[in-house]
Order: sequence, then structure tokens, then C-alpha cells
Amino acid sequence: MSKKVTIDAKGVYYRQLNEQIREAIAAGATEFVLKNVNSQRYIAGAVDGHVKFDLDGVPGQDLGSFMRGPYVRVRANAQDGVGNTMDDGLIVIEGLAGDVVGYAMRGGRIFIKGDVGYRVGIHMKAYMEKLPTIVIGGKAGDFLGEYMAGGILLLLGMFSDKPSEPIAGRSLGTGMHGGVIYVRGTVPQEQIGPGLTAQPVDEADLAVIQGIVKDYAKELKLDAKAIMAESFVKIRPFSHRPYGNLYVPA
Amino acid sequence: MLFQPINRNYHDFSIVRDKDLCINCKVCVRQCSYEAHYWDETRKKVMHDNSKCVGCHRCEALCPTAALLIQKKRSDFKDNALWRPEFIKYIYKQADTGGVLLTGMGSPVNIPIYWDKLLLDASQVTNPSIDPLREPMELKTFLGSKPSKLEFSKTKDGSPKLKTKLAPQIELNYPLMFSAMSFGSINFNLHIAMARAATELGICYNTGEGGLHKSLYKYGKNTIVQVASGRFGVHRDFLNAGAGIEIKVGQGAKPGIGGHLPGEKINEMVSETRMVPLGSDAISPAPHHDIYSIEDLHQLIFALKEASEYRVPVSVKIAAVHNVAAIASGIVRAGADIVAIDGVRGGTGAAPGMIRDNVGIPIELALAAVDQRLRDEGIRNRASVVAAGGMRCSADVVKAIALGADACYIATSALLAVGCTLCAKCYTGKCPWGIATNDARLAKRQNPDVAAKKMVNLVHAWGHEIEEMLGGMGLNSIESLRGNRDKLRAVGLMDTEMDILGVKHAGR
Repeated sequence: MSKKVTIDAKGVYYRQLNEQIREAIAAGATEFVLKNVNSQRYIAGAVDGHVKFDLDGVPGQDLGSFMRGPYVRVRANAQDGVGNTMDDGLIVIEGLAGDVVGYAMRGGRIFIKGDVGYRVGIHMKAYMEKLPTIVIGGKAGDFLGEYMAGGILLLLGMFSDKPSEPIAGRSLGTGMHGGVIYVRGTVPQEQIGPGLTAQPVDEADLAVIQGIVKDYAKELKLDAKAIMAESFVKIRPFSHRPYGNLYVPA
Repeated sequence: MLFQPINRNYHDFSIVRDKDLCINCKVCVRQCSYEAHYWDETRKKVMHDNSKCVGCHRCEALCPTAALLIQKKRSDFKDNALWRPEFIKYIYKQADTGGVLLTGMGSPVNIPIYWDKLLLDASQVTNPSIDPLREPMELKTFLGSKPSKLEFSKTKDGSPKLKTKLAPQIELNYPLMFSAMSFGSINFNLHIAMARAATELGICYNTGEGGLHKSLYKYGKNTIVQVASGRFGVHRDFLNAGAGIEIKVGQGAKPGIGGHLPGEKINEMVSETRMVPLGSDAISPAPHHDIYSIEDLHQLIFALKEASEYRVPVSVKIAAVHNVAAIASGIVRAGADIVAIDGVRGGTGAAPGMIRDNVGIPIELALAAVDQRLRDEGIRNRASVVAAGGMRCSADVVKAIALGADACYIATSALLAVGCTLCAKCYTGKCPWGIATNDARLAKRQNPDVAAKKMVNLVHAWGHEIEEMLGGMGLNSIESLRGNRDKLRAVGLMDTEMDILGVKHAGR
């Protein structure tokens, strides 16, 4: 049975807010509506299980850090560190998000409608059924998917406030040794990290993209067909040991 | 033998086999994971290839007839104070391969060891020494933030009751912990051994940055879980599994360089715990890319505190570098409960040699500078200080505590306790002693029960010695030694060194 709790976060310090949320969850709450959120950090941080969060306002750093299972919807922009080391669940950002979204993400999904900052999706990991996925509707800053060891990054470049910028910043995927980055349309070679190239997608890739786009469009009330109307390219690691030949035993 | 690389015969060791004693039993062939010993089918006898010997002494130790002797290779280069043999050999190797020189363990370079220049005090006549065999002696140590003042209220019967809310503490029976060695860099048998030893001793071991295998969660009370930039195996259960959480920013053996577990060491179990593909490299770069400032560090410290609901102290580990005192001050102000400082002689599973041997400063100077700085700023109580990096014996630990450490991390000495011979090839994944390897055939050379017992013995022995030294100084509690630099005197140090260490010269 779902139990809904509404909290007015106006002027509430993050520690009190998160404490209040934890206590409510312990008392059986399964759904939160947070009104007037204004930069409080760590909301939904380390929350376990199928708890719903509906955020009105801009949450602070590290939204959903370490969380395992919750569904978080932000009806505005988000700051840095969204989904830091997130384990499972879904975060939907109806606006844009800052730097290091999904740092070392281990599972679950993050759907962002607009642009994102630097170093998004770095150190993403995957194991067996755990396949973290980030979809960026706008454009991305430098070092998207750096050190990526697993998971899926899907960059659409469609809903951007930066018309003159390239779809991804420089050093896209640099140091990646697992996972895949899909880009809608094309990405200039000079933006891609050393040793990597954008390759055409195959049937299997398209099926994966289609599945993700379907959910993404539904969550953000977008037209999946319009998203799929363009071609895609993929960037995969050139080696699972990109620095394997760097050393000599002293 | 044409077209040999120039360094083919400039290897480090020679294998000397006593022909009369050798019975060709092939134990050495089976034991050597570097294939330095081999069975020669034509000659029908065991032979060896000196160039493959790493000097681990495994064959020598296990040869049933004591027929083997591992010696330094005798071919000396012409004497040259500048171009010492190691530099000549480095250049030959790099000219052959173009590779970055990779090393393991702590730096063997002759950087001054201040422990050897510091001497401890003892009581004579007045303030008599205490005999720890018969009198109580307190080594108990609490790590965590201490309040700047204590407030009490009175209960109904008039007895005082503590009003001040104390920050969470890690309780240790000895001022010692097993330092971070990740699951992956060393194998599972040794992780079990460390966990069991720490539990039996009532101290903590540190998981290192490779996560924590499910089966070790039950040792949580004696575990510090580590979070590094690669965030391997970091999730909410992991963060809540231990008695403390440590953010690894730096490591003494490789300041400014990240962790890099070579693919050779990523087997099924390591792959599962770290969530990286089998056989790929596990890379954790030097920077946490979400930490570019003290404010960002504050953000991660409190992300971890939130995730663990403020139940455990958060430590920040850094390498000892030039501005370590100012950095430590920032770390304390960012909200860390413990600052761990790892000196230039700290060990590692793998580090570029140039970094290991040339970057960082000795722990003695760093520790003294940090302790003094935190005192000067009036914030020393807000965090405990843990010193790490090449603590060789209990006297080093006692001196570190007198210089201001609350506790010491030991790792190389814990590995020596289980048979490491410091051959420094940890990065190959072929450790013949079964330590720095995940090859099942080699790893089974470490029995977790035996290894745990050896670690327990080592700490017990050091504990006794620490008690003896404390008693000799007329102290009955380790707390009375903390930052008590009057118990130290220097021999043969310059004024600047003594000034930084805050100690007088012997005779004064």
C-alpha cells in the first residue's frame, strides 16, 4: 500500500530534510512530494527500495547519490553530481543537469531532457544484469563517458540551449574500456578521445536504442518516433586495456 | 646468441645450485611462477635461467635439500657515483620497450629515515618506570572527532551525566590498523586473514579501494571501507558495512597518481566485486573528478555521512606532499573525522618507479607538520591523525605517536608477516608467495588461518613492546604519549629538521 508524504522544503536545511525523509520511510512512506526544493543536497541519497520522489524546485548536489531503487522526478533543473555512484532506480530531470552526472553509476537509469555539464557518465560500470543507462536529450560537456567500464550513454543533442556548441565536448569517451556511447546524428572526430572512432550502429544497437528511447520519451512526454528519425553512431572502447602496453617492469 | 637485447645478462639475481645437494626433485620448477627453474628433458636435470629470477627466495625456502642460493648478480658495472647500476639498467629497458618503469612495494631509495635519527626517553630515579607485565597499561585508542569541551548535567542523585553528544568513534585495542590493500591487489585468502586478525585483535583493517566481498561483511565492526576515485564496489551496503569510511585521495607510494589494477589480476571474483570486465584494467585516476576543492571534498564527506546516517567516522587519506599541513587543515575543516597521511616510503601493488622514488615527503616530517598546524589552528581535536608509510617496528610506531599520530597504519609489515620477501613484483600478478596474486594455484599458498595467526602474533608482539617502551618512560597510557615530543631526542639532525619535528637534540 502506498503512503504519500508531502513536505514543504522551503528554508529547511538538507540534514533536517533528509532526516525527515528517512524517518518517514522508516514509518512506511513510499511516496514523497517535495515542495519548494531549493538546493538541498543528497535528496534520496542512499535510499533503498521502490520509493517515489516528486521534486518541485531545483535540488542541490548529489541528488540520488548511492540510491538503490527509488524513482525520482525533478520538475526543474538539477545541479552537479546527480546519481553519484547510484545503484538502481530511475531519475528523470525535466530540465538540464550539471557536471559529473552518474559518476561511477552501477545500475539504474538517468533521463535528462536538456544539456549536461562536464564529465558525465564517467567510471560507469556494469556487471551481469546491472546495466546503468544515461540518456541526455541535449548536449554534453567535455569528457563524456571518461574511464567508462560498462553501461550505456545515449546522447541525443536535440533539446539544447547551446545551438552553437558541438553535440559533445572534447575528449568524448577517453580512457573507456567497457560499455558503449550512442550519439544521435554524428559527432565530429576531433571531439572524440584518442584511439576512438564513431562507428555506424547495427541492428542489435538500434534495438537497444529503441528500447531506451521508448521509455525516455514516455517519461518526458516526447515523441519517440521523432527521436528515432535520425541515424545513430556508436563509440566503443578500442581495447579493454587501453593502457596495457604503457609499462615495462623496472 | 646474436640480436640479444643489451640488458639480457644484466639481471638482478643469480641462482646458485649446489650440484651435490640437488636431487632433481623439481620442487623449484613447481614453485617458481616466473619459470626461472625448468626441467631440461635432454640433460635430464633441473636447470635455471638467471634472467627470470626476481629474487623472491621462494625456491630457496622450499628446496628440500637446501641446494639453492639466490644471490645478487655479481657482474658489477664500473664504479660511477652518478650512473649507478639501476639507472643504467632502467635506460636499457626503456630503450628496448619505450615503457614507463613499473615497480611494486615501497621505495627502496635512500631517502632519510628520521625514525633512525630519533631516540626515545626512559625514566631514571624520579618518575619511576612502570612494569607492564604487572601493572595496568592502556593502549586503547579512539579515532574520530573529539569535542572541544564537555558539558555535564546532574542526575537526580547528584551524579554527573555527560550532556555533550559525542561524535562516532572507531575503538582500537592497539594504536595500529592494517592499511588499505585492495581485494584484487592481494587475494581473497589474505583479505579473510586480515579481517579475522583485526577481529581477534580488536583493531581494524582497511578494505582498500576494491570493494568488499559479501562473505566478509560479518567482520564489519573491524573494517574500514574505502572509497577511491574509481568507486569500485561502492554501494550503500558497502558504506554501511564497516566501522568507518575512508576517502582515498592519495597514496604515499604514488602521490598524484591513481590506482591501476592490471588486467592480469582481474579474475571472476575481482570482476564481480569491482564491477569491471574480466581481464580489463581497473583504473582509478588520481583525481576524484567530483573533488576539485575543499568544498567539493566537504560534499563527498557529507554524501558518505548521509549514506551512513552519521553512524561512523569518515577518514580522508592523502599522500604526504609539500603542503601537507595546509591540506590537512582543509580536510579537517571539510568535516573529516580522521586524516590519514601516507609517507613517501609507503607500499603499493603497482606504481611508476619515477613517482614512487621521487614524489612525496617522509612521513615523520609530514606528521609533525600536520600535528603542529592543527594545534596552532586550534582544530587538532576535530580529527584524529593516522600515520602510514613504512612503519618497520614498534619503535617506529611509538615515535610516530610521540610526534602526534593517534594511530598508525601498517601494511608492508603485515605482508612481511605472511612471508613477503619484498621482491617488489606485485604488479605481475605472479607472486610466488601467494600474496599479490589472484591465480588460484598461487593464492592457495596462503592459508587464511595461518596468515591470520601470523598477523595476530605480529601485533601482539608490537603491543608488548609498545607497553615496555611506554612503561620505561613512566607512562601507563598511550594517550599520555600522543604528541608528547619531549619524549623524543634527535641525533645528527640539522636545526631545520629538528624545528619541523619539534624535537631537541640529544643532550639537551
